[in-house]
Amino acid sequence: MRHDVFIAGFGGQGVLLAGNLLGYAAVTEGKNVSFFPAYGVEKRGGAAMCTVVIADDEVGSPVVGNPTVALLLNQASYDKFVCRVKPGGTCIVNTSLVDTAGQVRDDIEFIPVPMNDIAVQLGDPRMVNMIAIGAYAAKTGAIRLASLEEALRLTLPERNHKYIPANVKALEAGAQTCQ
Amino acid sequence: MTQRLFMKGNEALAMAAIEAGCRYYFGYPITPQSDIPEYMSRELPKLGGEFIQAESEIASINMLLGASATGVRAMTSSSSPGISLKQEGISYMAGAELPGVIVNICRSGPGLGGIDASQADYFQAVKGGGHGGYHIIVLAPSSVQEMYDLTMLAFDLSDIYRIPAMVFGDSVIGQMKESFVPNPRPRRELSPKDWVVRGKGSGAQRVVKSLYLGDGELEAHNWKLHGRYGVLKEKETRWEEFLLDDAELVVAAFGSAARIAKSAVMEARGKGLRVGLLRPITLFPFPEKAFRAVTERCKKVLTVELNAGQMVEDVRLSVARDADVLFYGRPPGAGSLPTPEELLVQIEKNY
Repeated sequence: MRHDVFIAGFGGQGVLLAGNLLGYAAVTEGKNVSFFPAYGVEKRGGAAMCTVVIADDEVGSPVVGNPTVALLLNQASYDKFVCRVKPGGTCIVNTSLVDTAGQVRDDIEFIPVPMNDIAVQLGDPRMVNMIAIGAYAAKTGAIRLASLEEALRLTLPERNHKYIPANVKALEAGAQTCQ
Repeated sequence: MTQRLFMKGNEALAMAAIEAGCRYYFGYPITPQSDIPEYMSRELPKLGGEFIQAESEIASINMLLGASATGVRAMTSSSSPGISLKQEGISYMAGAELPGVIVNICRSGPGLGGIDASQADYFQAVKGGGHGGYHIIVLAPSSVQEMYDLTMLAFDLSDIYRIPAMVFGDSVIGQMKESFVPNPRPRRELSPKDWVVRGKGSGAQRVVKSLYLGDGELEAHNWKLHGRYGVLKEKETRWEEFLLDDAELVVAAFGSAARIAKSAVMEARGKGLRVGLLRPITLFPFPEKAFRAVTERCKKVLTVELNAGQMVEDVRLSVARDADVLFYGRPPGAGSLPTPEELLVQIEKNY
């Protein structure tokens, strides 16, 4: 089985952390994985994007043109990447920030998740990326929630391990939107 | 089995250098390879090694030359504009038969260009980038695992043949993270370095130099170097063959381009097209025989590169006389990295 996904948003939304988390979680499951960040002159507030490929055997190309799934966290990344999703694929959209009316596709599945609203309800607006990954895990089955939880310990620096319970709650809240 | 890690290609390369016994690093920061000096600056002091952020690329290559002359394993790394600056020092190392590892995480040019993935320094790497008609060993990893494994190989080959070795990657291979196994340094019989400068003491004087002024001396020296390139071609050529046996079209690509091409080849197979991949791992020595052998049967080769066409010339020189060599590539820069889907279109068009 091979899973590829685009994760995109603006710098500061935790897009690269989300990709890293998926990567570490895949390694803990004994899978092969590549995490390829769009590498440009990135900065907070600018565009942030990464491609993650998880595979039981060879990963193949870390560069993907048309992903089967896209997690799009802001309007700019929605406008740029929704057209790239493979027909029959899935687009998980942060509807707190994205108006999808401009570009509608009937050949892919839309999963609207008001990520910022859910994050605020949970008490921390920074949890948008965890909600996105939770939704992705539940929707695709590419990775287990338990592996993500374990991977948080590897992904976050030691000083931030006190936030792991809050992150786990956000992963679960994201997963619930797709159950 | 050793535990699998999940790291950037650049970090895996630095880790491998240390595993290979490299304790001296000299460099100057430049995107997209700065993870390498960052890693070395953190780890080398703990091991009693030396990390020096030099005042320039020129200084760092000459520090590598000096360190190597004392017999230690040492490394420098940079990206394209910095590698251009190092060429004089590389030529001197080649002339003085000094081992040493040089990493080029290639970026787009010419000039300052940009920081995107590029293979446009292929000619510079494999044809002897400086003056004087020499070659260096050039290894092209196409995964984080190979960033690790080939870096250890670069140190060994460089020591064995007394030729500088380059690890040639780009921001795809350097910046992406992948799972990989940090293999232990392979056991290998290495000859003692009986040529290193060590202070005269009671022994005979030793001189490390590239200056040969005596009648006939320099010609003989050059013939010796060229003889060694021949041995390299004979014994150290490495490549990967993927689904070549029944291929009607062979895709030729190295490094990151080969990773992208391999997915396109698998897609093409899924559509019933008999396509294979031949991936040079050593760019110098170039796998001439592998290309010759496959084109005795399959007469069509599509070379794919992240540049406007460089390795394709070596492919043309290597294939059987009646084989067609086609090319697809784009000059590197922001937004020009080809996707597997794009390469599949090229495969279908040329099949």
